[in-house]
Amino acid sequence: MKLDTNQLLRFTTAGSVDDGKSTLIGRLLYDSKSIFEDQLAAVETTSKRKGHQGVDLALFTDGLKDEREQGITIDVAYRYFTTPKRKFIIADTPGHIQYTRNMVTGASTANAALILIDARHGVIEQTKRHAFIASLLQIPHIIVCINKMDLVDFSEKVYDEIVTQFEGFSSKLYVKDIQFLPISALLGDNVVNRSEQMDWYKGAPLLYTLETLHISSDLNKIDARFPVQTVLRPQSEDFMDYRGYAGRVASGIFRPGDEVSVLPSGFTSKIKTIDTSEGPQEQAYAPMSISITLEDDIDVGRGDMIVKKNNQPKPVQEFDAMLCWLHNGTARPRAKYTILHTSNEQKAMIKEVVYKIDINTYARNEEDKSLAMNDIARVKIRTTRPLMLDEYRDNRITGSFVLIDDATHETVAAGMIM
Amino acid sequence: MGKYYLNYLDELESEAIFILREVWAQFENPVILFSGGKDSILVTHLARKAFYPSKIPFPLLHVDTGHNFPETIQFRDELVNSLGVKLLVGSVQKSIDEGRVAEERGKNATRNALQITTLLDAIETNRIDCAIGGGRRDEEKARAKERFFSHRDDFGQWDPKNQRPELWNILNGKHFEGEHFRAFPISNWTEMDVWNYILRENISIPSLYYAHKRDVVWRQESWIPVSEFLKLEAGEKVEQKKIRFRTLGDITITGGIESDADTLEKITLEVSAMKQTERGNRSDDKRSESAMEDRKRQGYF
Repeated sequence: MKLDTNQLLRFTTAGSVDDGKSTLIGRLLYDSKSIFEDQLAAVETTSKRKGHQGVDLALFTDGLKDEREQGITIDVAYRYFTTPKRKFIIADTPGHIQYTRNMVTGASTANAALILIDARHGVIEQTKRHAFIASLLQIPHIIVCINKMDLVDFSEKVYDEIVTQFEGFSSKLYVKDIQFLPISALLGDNVVNRSEQMDWYKGAPLLYTLETLHISSDLNKIDARFPVQTVLRPQSEDFMDYRGYAGRVASGIFRPGDEVSVLPSGFTSKIKTIDTSEGPQEQAYAPMSISITLEDDIDVGRGDMIVKKNNQPKPVQEFDAMLCWLHNGTARPRAKYTILHTSNEQKAMIKEVVYKIDINTYARNEEDKSLAMNDIARVKIRTTRPLMLDEYRDNRITGSFVLIDDATHETVAAGMIM
Repeated sequence: MGKYYLNYLDELESEAIFILREVWAQFENPVILFSGGKDSILVTHLARKAFYPSKIPFPLLHVDTGHNFPETIQFRDELVNSLGVKLLVGSVQKSIDEGRVAEERGKNATRNALQITTLLDAIETNRIDCAIGGGRRDEEKARAKERFFSHRDDFGQWDPKNQRPELWNILNGKHFEGEHFRAFPISNWTEMDVWNYILRENISIPSLYYAHKRDVVWRQESWIPVSEFLKLEAGEKVEQKKIRFRTLGDITITGGIESDADTLEKITLEVSAMKQTERGNRSDDKRSESAMEDRKRQGYF
C-alpha cells in the first residue's frame, strides 16, 4: 500500500437485514481479505449453531450482545478495511424508521452512501427514506446497489425498471453524484469481483467503484474557515512569546501572509506562521490540524473563527435550519438549549417549527408543530449571540450544529443551516 | 496546483489531534490512560504533537496490576521523563491490600477485572473528568460502537444503548459532577494503521514488541511468559522461544507469538500478513463472546 498518497474514504450503508446489508458488508470484508481466522472461526461456529448452510457473512457485523440476541442493529457500528488503493471506514447504520437518528449520524461524516434495494421488491418506502437522508446530509456520492440479482435471474429488465423508479423519485432530491450497480452480496457478484452472470452490465464492481471515487474535490477549497479550539502558550525558554491558535481547518486554504479577520470581534491581522510539530508549513487546508500565529497581538480564543478578510461567513442570530430530532424526549416550545457550532457555544431557542417532512413521501406538514425522536423539520432558531454561519450546502462543518438539553446534557438535535 | 488532500495516515493523525485538543478545551482535569502498550504510546505521541510547542498539558495515569513486564515500567518512566509530564499510578495491589477487591481464584485467575475498581478509584480521588484511552473500534465488536467522547455515569458505567449521537466533528463532553468521560482519539485506526504510523514516525516502543528469546509456556494457544507470578500447571513445561508480543498487558495473561521480526519494518510486514486478530492472544477476551462488552459496561478501558 502506498502510504503517501492513499486516501481515506468514509461511507455509510443504510438498510435492514432483509436487504442483505450485513451480508454485503461481510462480503466486502471477506473478499477483500479483511477477516481474520479467529473471527472467521467464531462466525463459522455461530453459523453452525444457528443451522445456516456455510458461513453467514452477516454475522461479521454483529456488534453488541442485545443485537446478537435480537438479530437487529441498534446503533451505528464502524467497520474498517483496507485495499492496496484506499482505507475505508464503514458507518453501518440500521435502516428501520425508528433509527433515523442513527442514519443521520452515520451520514454526517460520509463521503459516500450505499443504498441497498432488494431486486425482488424494487424501490420501497425505506429506499426513499435513505435517499432523503443522504441528500439532506449532503453526502457527495450515492451508490445504489440493486441486490439479490440472483433471485431475479440476473435480469437486466428488472434492474432497468428499478433504476427508472429510483430516478423518478430522486429527481426531487439534491444529489451531486449517483451511480447504480446490480449485485448479489450473497454470491459475490459485482461486489469485489465482476459478475459472470450479468454480461449486460458494463460498469465496474462495487469495490473498484469505491476505490476510484473522486473525493478530493468534495471538500470546500474556496471559503477559508478556521475555528479556534484552544490557544497554545508554552511560555518556555525557546517559545517565550509564542501564542498559537490551535484548530483544524474546516475549509479553504490558508497561507502565511494571508490577510485574515478574527470573528466575531472583526479584528484584522496577517498570518505570521502556520505550525505543526513538524515545523512551519507553507499552506494548510481541510482537514489539517495546525496552529496559526498572527502578526498582531489581538485577543483570540476558543469559539473564535479565523477567516480570510475578503471572504467571511455571515454573523447571524436568527436563521433557518433543517433539524433532526435525536432524543426520546420531545422538543419543548421556546425552551433554551445549548447550541454547539464548530468550537463555539451559545444558548439557542427554537422559535418556530415551519414544517415537518414526511421522509417517506417527502410531503410537508405545516400543521403538526411537535418535534419527537426521528422527526425532521425546518425550524427557525434564535441564538443569544451571533454565530458565524455558512449554508450547510456550501460547508458541512461551518453549516452544522447540535442542540444540547441543559437539564440532561444529552445531544437532542442536529441541525443544518439553510 | 498543489495537492490539497491528505493521505489516510495524515487524516487519522489530524482527527486524533483534533479530538485531543477538544478534550483539553472541554474538560478540567483529563489524563491519558497509559498502559505501556503501543496504543497508549501512540496516543501520547499524538498528544505531544497536538500541543506542540507546549508540553502535554495533562498527566498520564497508569493502572498498575502489579503483574508487569519490567521492560514496560522502565519504558514508562523514561517516556514520562523525556516529555516532562506528571505520572499518576493506580495500584491494583493497593486495592487488594485495602480490601477494595479480592484476588480471583482458580486456574485462569487474572487481575484484569480488578483493574476496573482501581481505575475508578483513581478517577475519583484525582477528580479526573476525562480519561483518554487508546481503544480502537477495530479491536473488538463491543468497541465498534464506541464514541470518540464516551459518557460514564457516576458509577463509571457505560450504557451502550443510550450513547450520545456524534455528528460531524461536534463533540459533546458536557457532564455533571461525579460523571466522567472516556475519550478515544484513535477510534478509527486499525492495528495495521498503528504499525504503519509507528514505522513512519519511528516511534519508540518497548523492546517486548520486537522478537527476542524468552522462557515461555504454551497455554491457551499462545506463549505465556515465565514470571514470578506464573504457576505451572501439570503437563506444562518451560521452553525458550524467539517470540514477540502483539499487545502488552498483564504479564500473566499476555501471550506472545513465535517471530523473527526484530525491526519495525519486519513487524509491520508480519502484522500485514497476520491471520489472527491481535486480541486472539489475550485470554481475558476468550472467556465469552461478550467478555469485552461486559467489562466495558462496568467501567473497563
